[in-house]
Amino acid sequence: MTSRVLHHILTVTVENKPGVLSRVAGLFSRRAFNIVSLAVSPTDDDRFSRMTIVVDAESAPLEQVVKQLNKLIPVIKITEVPPAEGVERELMLVIVKAAAETRSQVTELTAIFEAKIVDVGYEAMTIMVVGEPEKLDAFSDLVKPFGIVELQRTGRIALPKLARESTRLRSVKTARG
Amino acid sequence: MKLTGAQALIKSLEMEQVEVMFGLPGGAILPVYDPLIDSSIRHILVRHEQGAGHMASGYAHATGRPGVAMVTSGPAATNIVTPLCDAYMDSVPIVVITGQVAYSVIGTDAFQEADTVGITMPVTKHNWLISDAQDIPRVVREAFHVATTGRPGPVLIDLPKDVANAPMEWYWPEKVDLPGYKPNVKGHPRQIKDAARLINEASRPVIYAGGGIMNSGASRALRELAELTGIPTVTTLMGRGALPDGHPLCLGMPGMHGNYTAVTSMQKADLLVTLGARFDDRVTGKVSTFAPDAKIIHVDIDPAELGKVRFADVPIVGDVRTVIEELIKAVKAEHARTDPPDIAPWIAQIRDWQDRYPLKYTQEEGGPLKPQFVIERLRDNTPDDCILVAGVGQHQMWASQLWKFKLPNTWVNSGGLGTMGYAVPAAVGAKVGRPDRMVWAIDGDGCFQMTAQELVTASAERIPVKIAILNNAYLGMVRQWQELFYEERYSEVYLSPDLPDYVKWAEAMGCIGMRVDNADDVVATIEKANEIDDRPVVIDFRTDWREKVYPMVAAGASNDDIILGPEFGEGGR
Repeated sequence: MTSRVLHHILTVTVENKPGVLSRVAGLFSRRAFNIVSLAVSPTDDDRFSRMTIVVDAESAPLEQVVKQLNKLIPVIKITEVPPAEGVERELMLVIVKAAAETRSQVTELTAIFEAKIVDVGYEAMTIMVVGEPEKLDAFSDLVKPFGIVELQRTGRIALPKLARESTRLRSVKTARG
Repeated sequence: MKLTGAQALIKSLEMEQVEVMFGLPGGAILPVYDPLIDSSIRHILVRHEQGAGHMASGYAHATGRPGVAMVTSGPAATNIVTPLCDAYMDSVPIVVITGQVAYSVIGTDAFQEADTVGITMPVTKHNWLISDAQDIPRVVREAFHVATTGRPGPVLIDLPKDVANAPMEWYWPEKVDLPGYKPNVKGHPRQIKDAARLINEASRPVIYAGGGIMNSGASRALRELAELTGIPTVTTLMGRGALPDGHPLCLGMPGMHGNYTAVTSMQKADLLVTLGARFDDRVTGKVSTFAPDAKIIHVDIDPAELGKVRFADVPIVGDVRTVIEELIKAVKAEHARTDPPDIAPWIAQIRDWQDRYPLKYTQEEGGPLKPQFVIERLRDNTPDDCILVAGVGQHQMWASQLWKFKLPNTWVNSGGLGTMGYAVPAAVGAKVGRPDRMVWAIDGDGCFQMTAQELVTASAERIPVKIAILNNAYLGMVRQWQELFYEERYSEVYLSPDLPDYVKWAEAMGCIGMRVDNADDVVATIEKANEIDDRPVVIDFRTDWREKVYPMVAAGASNDDIILGPEFGEGGR
């Protein structure tokens, strides 16, 4: 499961132009850095998009990843969100087998996790879970015995926790060349 | 003023002061070749698109200005991928323009369609696919800016045919607006101070100067720093000529085929002042045993190089010339505070290595012609400002080892990518950029066969380059590795000295062809070649195929295990 890999989270502001995702993905593959998950979304400024990249911390030193990313011209800003200092959320849709005899147990789990049943069929239900990636891991573990038909996760998005006494946001943008 | 996209492209190149471009037309780029007729830009028609790219690179090396190449879509674009990759590895500023099928049919597998931007993304500093003719001046301005600033490198502009034909309203952008691109030129003052302190404390320092010295025009500053501190300096394959080889502090080339003193002084150093170099594996050998006692000062304009291979005790991001100039001031301030340790014993040690382990070969009277002998005679019979170009392999290593570079930007070769066939087109490009200079290429017979057709270009365009083929009838460097590391099991390395007949081939391409097979005729033939200034010259030097490049550090071995070669007897190992 994604959240169990030792990882770094980078939120990367990029120019909203064709081919930028390809530049970022290509950089990771040719420098042999591993991506655990990647989410791309628009920002409030339509000139920019935000990528939340979860990097396998064992595949490469973070510093080198950040420096190489910074060399991409459409990359505007990179912020590292240390796992302990960020608010992370992810969404999962999972189709779980739920015939008459197990349906109530699945429904009960759904309630415990404050998840939501978004579709119901004769033999299965589609459940949406939102939360920290660990919560999604736990839910999928627990429904596994009933039978998972299909599962999709969005990959995490993250923002730094708001500063209370000190600034926690650690900007790792460096000079570029 | 209304222009077509094609006219806007040519006008934009003129605005960038492009004087010459190398290229070959074809379907998708046809619209741009039409306004070229009326332009002040000289176009050199190559015989293969790879040639255009390497010519642009040779031009950039020799002039310090960006080289420009223009080719069509599809196969032309893929043919120029090698020069792009070559320029990327060696940080050479070139601007490549490719035609593309009409924007409206991109993605339909149209005739001569290739995803050029996708293919070249990993081998360019940046690339652009233009979808609107109105963007052309802005993109050209950005392309030249990106290619030539920060760490220089190749860029590519892909121009679809319908965009080239579309109308646009002419303008020229006053400035470049790239919010994600701001190279840091000035080094951090505190880091520079720390570096000066380390320099002033070191007792076995070495300056490790790379190609960045050439890129930032830091040669004079480097010399001043070396002389101020008395620190001996190695110049890497890309940095040859950064400090003149005749300078007493210049130790020559380090690395896999570096001389003993350059390699060993780095190994034994307590400080490496790394200036515009990148700890390439061919320099470091086995990284974990490289310069084990040395602290590292690392100056580079590309922050990603700092700490990439070797931890830097003092990393400095900045333009190497600017940083050296600041460093000189900081070192003077340190000198005023405390005296540096006496480095005379270190210099004495280095002089002892130089005396005991020089580069060595023996040209026997009446014996087979040694390639090193040819290079030394060429070196001694050409002007100081002669530009020397090389391909890749044994001949390149001997040339780099034995040439006495006196000026920066007089050495043009393919370092990082190791592109065989680089020499002939790069020499043509260098000569176009510096018609006032004599340009000699030292090439191997294997290399020559890869791109020799560009001598047709040279003859047609009256570009009098001179090519010395060290013809040993082998892919010599591969042969050397098979001899040393594969129990002399020679696999697919024999080429034949006579097939092709290089003299006839040269003549067929409009050049003067000559052949030399003994040491006595070498100088006279070189002198004859030097006098020819109206067409290219090719000399087929028949050299000894047994000769190997020494010293050598085997791939993956430690630089401590340098092999000196048979000239040093059994102890050479």
